[in-house]
Amino acid sequence: MNHRPARLVLPLLAVALAGFAMSFVDAALLRERHAVRIEASHALAKRLELTDIALFTEARYTRHPSQADLHAPFQDHPLALEHFPTGSLIAPPRHEYLDRTTARAD
Amino acid sequence: MNIWIEQQRALIDFTLASLARRKARNLGLLAVYTLLVFVLASVALFSHALRHEATRVLADAPEIVLQRLVAGRHDLIPPGYLEKIGNIRGVQKMEGRLWGYYYDPVIKANYTFMVPSAGGVERGTIVIGAALERVRGLALETGISFRAYSGKLYSFVVADILPHDSELVSADLVLMHEDDFRTFFEFPAGHYTDIALAVANPQEVRNIAAKLAAALPDSRPILREEMLRTYASIFAWREGIVLAILSGAILAFAILAWDKAAGLSAEEKREIGILKAIGWETGDVIRMKIWEGVLISLTAFLVGYVAAYLHVFRGGGVLFEPVLKGWAVLYPRFQLAPEIDGLAVATLFFFTVVPYTAAVLVPIWRAATTDPDAVMR
Amino acid sequence: MIELIEVRKAFNQGKHNEFWALDGINLCIEAHRVTALCGPSGSGKTTLLTLIGCLARPTSGRARFKGEDISGLPERFLTQLRRRSFGFVFQQFNLIRGLSAEENIMLPAAPSGLPQHVVRARAAMLLDRLRLAHRRTARVEWLSGGEQQRVAIARALINDPEVLIADEPTANLDTTLAREFLAILESFASEGRTVILSSHDPLVIQSAAVHRVINMRDGRIVANYHDA
Ligand SMILES: Nc1ncnc2c1ncn2[C@@H]1O[C@H](COP(=O)(O)OP(=O)(O)OP(=O)(O)O)[C@@H](O)[C@H]1O
Ligand SMILES: [Mg+2]
Repeated sequence: MNHRPARLVLPLLAVALAGFAMSFVDAALLRERHAVRIEASHALAKRLELTDIALFTEARYTRHPSQADLHAPFQDHPLALEHFPTGSLIAPPRHEYLDRTTARAD
Repeated sequence: MNIWIEQQRALIDFTLASLARRKARNLGLLAVYTLLVFVLASVALFSHALRHEATRVLADAPEIVLQRLVAGRHDLIPPGYLEKIGNIRGVQKMEGRLWGYYYDPVIKANYTFMVPSAGGVERGTIVIGAALERVRGLALETGISFRAYSGKLYSFVVADILPHDSELVSADLVLMHEDDFRTFFEFPAGHYTDIALAVANPQEVRNIAAKLAAALPDSRPILREEMLRTYASIFAWREGIVLAILSGAILAFAILAWDKAAGLSAEEKREIGILKAIGWETGDVIRMKIWEGVLISLTAFLVGYVAAYLHVFRGGGVLFEPVLKGWAVLYPRFQLAPEIDGLAVATLFFFTVVPYTAAVLVPIWRAATTDPDAVMR
Repeated sequence: MIELIEVRKAFNQGKHNEFWALDGINLCIEAHRVTALCGPSGSGKTTLLTLIGCLARPTSGRARFKGEDISGLPERFLTQLRRRSFGFVFQQFNLIRGLSAEENIMLPAAPSGLPQHVVRARAAMLLDRLRLAHRRTARVEWLSGGEQQRVAIARALINDPEVLIADEPTANLDTTLAREFLAILESFASEGRTVILSSHDPLVIQSAAVHRVINMRDGRIVANYHDA
């Protein structure tokens, strides 16, 4: 057994602290490198008039969540259960248009 | 100053020596705590960076996309709509867009077929996203056939592959010529999937959307702002899976920490009495316990956070892949730019270090204020 | 060195089970001597030791330490005084289980802010003197009764106190160990420390190492003998 636990643990803590600080330095450096890539993606998205990111390709309404509507998962059947995991990661889009029509109805 | 440092070092020594007495238990606690911080920090870092990325990349998405609804479902834009929109003042530019989904039974994946309005794809050729290249095993100049919904087979040559750097927006895209698209899907001439609009004055977007809705009652305008908002809520704290996983973990940890910290045994009480009798002040006992709480929770925070940082920004967030991928076949490979929300990190720090330290302290406070002569009996 | 004037101590004062453990103690304890409190069980020896050692305050009366009134001092000052000037050997030893002999001995010095190596050297010196050097890193619960007691003594001495207080120190020891202990006490007195202990062991009370015996009964002093 070491006689001085503090002598072992405090330097380890200092290393962890340094790692924490380093992560921010690393982030700053990485961000610079990513800037070019993001700019390229942005240009592509603009050229192709993309409206969504291609993260969830499992269903129509998850591939373009911003273009789908609140009830998209239930179009196949009124009692259909949402069974795509994506549905639990993003909220259904709330379109102004729907709000507007409801507001006008009364 | 020196005295103070020596004092704290002696207190830390004692704290560590007494923690070492129940090594397995305390290391287990530290491991669980670190894991919890890791998961929380990973979710926080990943979701913030993803939101940031989506917002940046989609910053110039169409200002308004106009869809037509039939019986509550998205339907094709029939001829004549573009002309009607042309009469609305403030619309600077409009374009019928052609895009749709294709299910490829070979790899059981959904593709997004799309006609770039700027053109640039020759007839008989396609430009594909990088995930398609990878999963379907395509390369430049190779041919591929898709069976259309009509049952006919159509062959295309891969003319280009979209850059890997942009996979996050383009993984599953198949870009083709308008004529090919219309033939393939037997898309009626003059019809479009939807209409993309640009407005002259960005301040007027809402007004124009209202005018569009009035002029074309069966249409639905979607504003760019709404598209961006969709991604602002991704992984938001209310969202199911994340919450379910985390609430379980947090609850389990709370019970564990409470048991460890608050359950002050008779043995510990006796020890505090001894310390007080041999000349420790109540403050020394409390400082010693603060060190215990801080050492454990700070270690958990630092190690968990750094591991989460490496996981998300150096490891591509591999642990999130199964969650985000869901039942999908195509999944983009992407590295997010490390945009870090300082406030979220500070909040995480606060909620990992303070409650635990407090849980350690509360019972000690009571024990430490008892009379020191109790140990004589 | 220590003066008690009309000291009384009540437990559970004002409640139905109020109990006066000490009832009018007048006592003056000289420095550099070994003083023994003796008396039947329940006569108030331990209670008196807690007052002398600043572990508790008298309910009424005054206590003076080196001429200074300590009965009214706030807890913080009492703690400091206790740490600087008193060393305690408890009846049950009260060592902290799971820690090594050395760690236990160094504990009272932790709040003092003395450099670690100084404290460690002093602990080594004490262990040497008490012939325990070979058990330095052993956990205290593995030590024999006599060894544990010597660890407790070393712990009491780590802050180099002027006064050593021992409550029934020989209760757990056989005759040989008790003699050995008394010899250690005598050496403390001869090096200028004041030793106060309680005991009902005739071996202690009749020992030549004890300079003065104070007899107690029902919270009062009934007689005291001076020899030497
Ligand atoms: N905290 C307390 N509350 C109530 N009564 C107490 C308390 N502490 C001690 N007493 C009582 O005070 C009296 C004196 O106790 P003390 O411990 O001083 O006796 P003692 O002379 O040391 O006895 P022994 O030789 O058995 O150790 C006893 O009758 C005891 O019951
Ligand atoms: Mg007693």
